[in-house]
Amino acid sequence: MSRTALREPSSVDRRRLAEPSDRRAVWRSRLYRWDVKGSPYAYVAPFFLLFGVFGVLPLAYTALISTTAWNTRRPGSEDVSVGLDNYSALLGDDNFWNALVNTLGIGVFATVPQLLFALGIAHLLNYKLRGRLALRMGVLVPYVTSVAAVALIFNQIFARDFGLLNWLLSPFTDAPIDWRASTAASWFAVSAMVTWHWTGYNALIYLAAMQTIPYELYESAAIDGAGKWRQFWSITIPSLRPTIIFTVIVSTVGALQLFAEPFLFDTTRNHNGGSERQFQTVVLYLYQQFWTNGRYGYGAAIAWTLFVITVVIVLINFLVVRRIRSSE
Amino acid sequence: MRASGARWPTYALLIGIVLVSVFPLYWSIVVSSRDQQSVGSYPPPLVPGGNLWDNVVAAYEQGNFGLALLNSTIVAGTITVSVVLTSTLAGFAFAKLRFRGRDALFGAVVATMLVPTQLAIIPLYIMVTQWFGWANDLRGVIVPALVTAFGVFFMRQYLSSAVSHELLEAGRLDGASTWRIYWNVVLPLARPGAAVLGLLTFITYWNDLFWPLILLNTQNPTVQVAIANTAGGIEVDYSLVLAGTVIATFPMVIVFLLLGRQIIGGIMQGAVKG
Repeated sequence: MSRTALREPSSVDRRRLAEPSDRRAVWRSRLYRWDVKGSPYAYVAPFFLLFGVFGVLPLAYTALISTTAWNTRRPGSEDVSVGLDNYSALLGDDNFWNALVNTLGIGVFATVPQLLFALGIAHLLNYKLRGRLALRMGVLVPYVTSVAAVALIFNQIFARDFGLLNWLLSPFTDAPIDWRASTAASWFAVSAMVTWHWTGYNALIYLAAMQTIPYELYESAAIDGAGKWRQFWSITIPSLRPTIIFTVIVSTVGALQLFAEPFLFDTTRNHNGGSERQFQTVVLYLYQQFWTNGRYGYGAAIAWTLFVITVVIVLINFLVVRRIRSSE
Repeated sequence: MRASGARWPTYALLIGIVLVSVFPLYWSIVVSSRDQQSVGSYPPPLVPGGNLWDNVVAAYEQGNFGLALLNSTIVAGTITVSVVLTSTLAGFAFAKLRFRGRDALFGAVVATMLVPTQLAIIPLYIMVTQWFGWANDLRGVIVPALVTAFGVFFMRQYLSSAVSHELLEAGRLDGASTWRIYWNVVLPLARPGAAVLGLLTFITYWNDLFWPLILLNTQNPTVQVAIANTAGGIEVDYSLVLAGTVIATFPMVIVFLLLGRQIIGGIMQGAVKG
């Protein structure tokens, strides 16, 4: 764009522009300078202003609240500063550690199969296909379904009495499985909801990246005697590296914030996430402390701790995934 | 592009995957078209019954769905218009204008895409209800979502390739201001990208649950809040609960059937350039 910018008025120009009759020209040149140098800030300002107020400010304010004893049941407690006491209480809170383990466990069970399935589906969709649009739409249907609807439908499928899945499994099991009762079963059920919801979306993202891989790469590999499987590992996967990094990070952040599925899977609505808190995630625990118990200070400490954990885990994931060999 | 054609095992696998994708929605129709008795019977019914309309009407009346559908339309519609306008403007500046700090500011936009803003729920709740007085008020759902980092990112990527430098230079040489160039040259070219961003934004906020659930009560819900509220308690009538999900999902399925090609194009476009 610098080519399009008007040259700045030379000193000769300035002297001439200073004549009263040329005041309009001075104004026009000032306006022009503002238009080129200043107006871009006006165009990006709405985003940064609103995001500052409703995105950044609340995060900073969370840190502040987390150092108070703020509890809506104790008037005046918002002004009581407790330093880092909420954080040290959190470190000794078994329910928090339980929620963190649940979140990480469900996160792994929901994210790893999801991304592997998505890779496989993208690979299949990358063939020359009849009915391409219909197949892609079929795979993407879960994405337009809301998490609330997904959770409620799966609630019925995973119901202990008269649920669809228990009926399908009944030839192999002695008694109907109570999918909410045990840690393993409830993690499986919640992970299934997440996987069903997001696999197709990630498959389309991988497909888009696969389509940018030049076909010649595969041809020359085939000439060198590489089979389909070998081609997939040594051409497709390395070429997808940036996309895989992107999807891993996005899914990790999403998994650590998991809320709606366990919230709705727990039909008692006491937000314990099961009788023994077996599927209470950190955000569900945060919601319980904040919403049910009115513990703003403690809830804010949970939020900031999860924020830090998220950043750390994303960085670890990034470093690990980056080690995928890049394409030559 | 892979040139090799697919053989029948590929089709068989893909059709199987599509069936798994579509089945839960089909299942929600089966359950919501039955009465409570046949839902609670063994073996479960596998084909739809005749009660769909009755259950939808019953759920509609019990769950305040008339107001919920209106509210969701207002919320998702307003957010969509605002996100498209602000994102196109900022996306244009980031893609086509030169200014000091541009790359750093755009880096900030990308970074904020990854910030889990729902962690800031407690102060957001305090701000919206106590500072602005928007408890149980749609404005409280709408205003915090008027801009999205994803929107700015998406439009910046779209406009970088959709608008050529030559075109902008021609505008400059004609003496047009930046705003005129934006209005007369960039906006018409931005329309296809803006439409896709609008679709994705509308779907996202139609389906949003966490924040509306906290801010709105059952007297003034969005559809997602309405269906989330139907499912609590010990005795759950699944035929009514899933009739509610049918009401909530139906508008999006229609949008998807009509505009699926554009939605898929948008997701894939955002992915490649990201």
